[in-house]
Amino acid sequence: MSATTQSPASKQPDAGKATRADRAGGQAGTTGLVSWKAGVGLGLLAILGTVLFGFLANTKSAGFRIAEARDPNASSTAAWITLAVALAATAYVGYRWISHRREGRGVDRWIPATTIAAVVVLGLAALGVARVEKITVPSMALGWTCSVLLLALAGYACFLTVQRRRTPGWLGGLFAVVFLVGFMIWIVAGGRDPEPSISLGGLMAGAVTLAVPLVFGSLSGVLCERAGVVNIAIEGQLLLGAFSAAVVATVTGNVYVGLISAAVAGALVSLVLAVVSIKYLVNQIIVGVVLNVLISGLTSFLFSTLLTADPEHLNKPGRLQAVDIPFLADIPIIGPILFRQSLVGYLMYIAVIVVYVGLFHTKWGLRVRAVGEHPQAADTVGINVNRTRFINVLMGGAIAGIGGSFFTLVSVDAFSKDMSGGRGYIALAAMIFGRWNPIGAFLAALLFGFADNLQSIITIIGSPVPSQFMAMLPYALTVIAVAGLVGRSRPPAADGIPYVKG
Amino acid sequence: MTLGWDYPLPCRRQRAEADPYTHRLVGVLKLELKGITKRFGSLVANDHIDLVVEPGQVHCLLGENGAGKSTLMNVLYGLYDPTEGEILVDGKPVVFKDPGEAMAAGIGMVHQHFMLIPVFSVAENVALGNETTKAAGLLNLEATREKIRRISDQYGFDVDPDAMVEDLPVGVQQRVEIIKALVRDAEVLILDEPTAVLTPQETDELLEIIRQLKRDGKSIVFISHKLREVKAISDTITVIRRGKVVGQADPSASPTELASAMVGRSVSLTLDKAPANTGEVTFKVRNLTVTDHNGQHVVDDLSFDIAKGQVLAIAGVQGNGQTELTEAILGVQPHVAGSITLGGEELLGKSVKHVLGAGVGFVPEDRTLDGLVGTFTISENMILDLYDKAPFASGVGMKPGVIAENAARKVEEFDVRTPSVSAAVGTLSGGNQQKVVLARELSRPLRLFIASQPTRGLDVGSIEFVHKRVIAERDHGTPVMIVSTELDEVLQLADRIAVLYRGRLVGIVPAGTSRDVLGLMMAGVPAAEAEANASAHASGATTPATVSEPVGHEGESHV
Repeated sequence: MSATTQSPASKQPDAGKATRADRAGGQAGTTGLVSWKAGVGLGLLAILGTVLFGFLANTKSAGFRIAEARDPNASSTAAWITLAVALAATAYVGYRWISHRREGRGVDRWIPATTIAAVVVLGLAALGVARVEKITVPSMALGWTCSVLLLALAGYACFLTVQRRRTPGWLGGLFAVVFLVGFMIWIVAGGRDPEPSISLGGLMAGAVTLAVPLVFGSLSGVLCERAGVVNIAIEGQLLLGAFSAAVVATVTGNVYVGLISAAVAGALVSLVLAVVSIKYLVNQIIVGVVLNVLISGLTSFLFSTLLTADPEHLNKPGRLQAVDIPFLADIPIIGPILFRQSLVGYLMYIAVIVVYVGLFHTKWGLRVRAVGEHPQAADTVGINVNRTRFINVLMGGAIAGIGGSFFTLVSVDAFSKDMSGGRGYIALAAMIFGRWNPIGAFLAALLFGFADNLQSIITIIGSPVPSQFMAMLPYALTVIAVAGLVGRSRPPAADGIPYVKG
Repeated sequence: MTLGWDYPLPCRRQRAEADPYTHRLVGVLKLELKGITKRFGSLVANDHIDLVVEPGQVHCLLGENGAGKSTLMNVLYGLYDPTEGEILVDGKPVVFKDPGEAMAAGIGMVHQHFMLIPVFSVAENVALGNETTKAAGLLNLEATREKIRRISDQYGFDVDPDAMVEDLPVGVQQRVEIIKALVRDAEVLILDEPTAVLTPQETDELLEIIRQLKRDGKSIVFISHKLREVKAISDTITVIRRGKVVGQADPSASPTELASAMVGRSVSLTLDKAPANTGEVTFKVRNLTVTDHNGQHVVDDLSFDIAKGQVLAIAGVQGNGQTELTEAILGVQPHVAGSITLGGEELLGKSVKHVLGAGVGFVPEDRTLDGLVGTFTISENMILDLYDKAPFASGVGMKPGVIAENAARKVEEFDVRTPSVSAAVGTLSGGNQQKVVLARELSRPLRLFIASQPTRGLDVGSIEFVHKRVIAERDHGTPVMIVSTELDEVLQLADRIAVLYRGRLVGIVPAGTSRDVLGLMMAGVPAAEAEANASAHASGATTPATVSEPVGHEGESHV
């Protein structure tokens, strides 16, 4: 803020400057207002980190168990092959990156992200090949190392701000990683055992599993909001999906029918949202909230009157078992995390890819995004705005409904009151954090899933922090993420505004 | 897109493409509107309008704001259903249920507010609704880019298919709109008030593009209320007043004749005003800089003075810092540096209430958004600034009687046409709304009067009235600042003209400066250079390629 009240740094009253201020110059010629948000935010977190990981550090060591292979031979083969593939991918992407840089062309957006992913896979495969089973680290020494690193990064961010330069994106990312490492070490070393340890593989696998409903919910949000309809009713769609999956699967005795019925139930919730908000122009947020309350009440009522009276015939759906994907599931570390999922889990991967490709690389997606950005423009080129919105809201509901079936067909094998537990709202946050992009929403949901799982694991091993405080973690993270510490995001321009022709 | 009528579309296309590069192609599509009526509730926007657009012609629709020109074109383009009447293409009746069908029939439209998606690239915008796809519905933007390049080369548009639309200047965005229509093989191109957002130079370029399109056999429907352009470009002029066709006019008719036909009574296009009786300088702006939330300097180091009894007009294309400048003076902009003094008192950093109390009268550019509370009555809107002061209030109570009496007096004085002072202000016409704003702002003793776009969207009669009041305030000895994007208005009102470009002051020039010079200055060329350029052009020294022919000098050579 202080930068704004200073007198303008450049005083060039000559009129000749105006001619030079052409299109490019207009951008570059201004001295930007550099926000202190990044510097101050990182500084506070760094101080918090130093106090926790440094001054409050434990003398115990922290252990991280890594591989628990079921079949060592298959696992070893898979590890070598993964290592080779990851190496080739890293080399190729790295080559593309460097050659683009050298030719002065812009680096495609996907290249840095893919490089990071390839390097991570490479590292994990290397751990698998080396058959590392457990890493034990001294918490005091590493805690201090992390603290110093955090302080240095925060200091650099402040330095950049003083220099009136923007804080680059990688700085925030690096800070987050260091903070996470320090936090993990500190929290594990605080366990009850003399040599406390946690299973890293289990932590990650649990994170992916817990993220499943969040991912479906956030994809539902992306589909609706990209077309310009705010979908607050994700919570209700998840809940009704869970309920109908449980009941239909029990009655028909077939979990797959239950899964389909969940999609139908979600779409049904969407149908109400679409009709009331698109056709009758009622405020979309109010409709969404009302739907959530309505469905919570409806399912609770049916649960306590019908389902508890006869659980045998109404609320015993059976489970969708986890399916191993041959070969991929044998890859150490990665396999158990990603490729030992239930059908719903695999549907999640497919849904993320389909929605992403659909939105950004097809005719349908171009039209959907146009409708969400500037419906009148879409109308004038012959696109039916309200029909597009209607279809998208229905599809979003179906996707969220499938996410809801996770609760009753995968996670727990029975319906219970309000079992979605506010995850619809977290999914909404994941969508915003992921900047209305399916991949971004997926990653954000994974992060929230991780926080959720970390919280329960820490409660099990015992930690210096009260468990109630740890239970706050996913939500605290949501607030920080959505409050925009990570950067500004721009929603679709016509998001939430009904389209009236003429 | 399925066509809702039996129409041999491919035949027409073949005819059009038979000889695409002879620049004397005969037009191919004849468009007729017969008895088109469009009602919105009790309001009749179009009343039995007949119109024939001959192939290869530039047909102008001339009419005031609100005469029903845009409504008519929206009916033609399938955005509105006509209440009565029919549309004929090449003599066959057609019904357009949506714009897609109108496009398929060869009708393209460039709207007054561009229908472009700012966060899409040019190629994406052009492809939208008319996508070329590979297998499985995947977009093939390369094909669209190729089409854009081809059209761009043919007409010399210079448009980069991969540029983001939001980064492009308005003139280029307009070309993207034209490309959008051409890619869809439009034979009739409707241009709705295309010059409203352009500088005079960009306007000349646009007119040149229109001539080129005409040579290629396209028909153009050119909607405007600007007489000079209409005279320069049209083959046929149809004048529309209050939703009715009042007649055809000849392009060679004098501007006064056209204006009279448009308004329905004789009008004087010039404003009689006495020379300025300039007093001491009381309003001074020094090094004023406004920074927006992105850190851009939207007003950059402005310094100027206004003396008592003088009108300073701020000219410039819309969006070059005018809004921010007026808002900074009023005190509603957050990041402002520099100094603004009125009679020696610093206004910068003071509250809006204090600034108004210091004697600043302000007519905002958007009267419905910033000037009035639409659902409040006329009497209430008349005292929005003085509601808490005597005689309108005593203690915490208000005095409805006094307020109504005040309103009745003002309505009389400013000729506001309303059934009652207790009518909601939102029900009035634009001109009457603006009179309410003026009545309120001019009712305090003023030491500075600022009017932003004072006549935007008003009819000719109201424009005359507003201009007279502004000059009356000047003659009263108040420093007056007018912000306008209409060069005609600037030239009529100003004693001095300041031109803004990208938030900077290009220069301050005297009232008599020519349009050409001002036009160049509005594109950022400094005053001296613009002067040299314009005079060089007038003597024919520059090649036509560098500065295209200005509207005013255009003969009938192309017609």
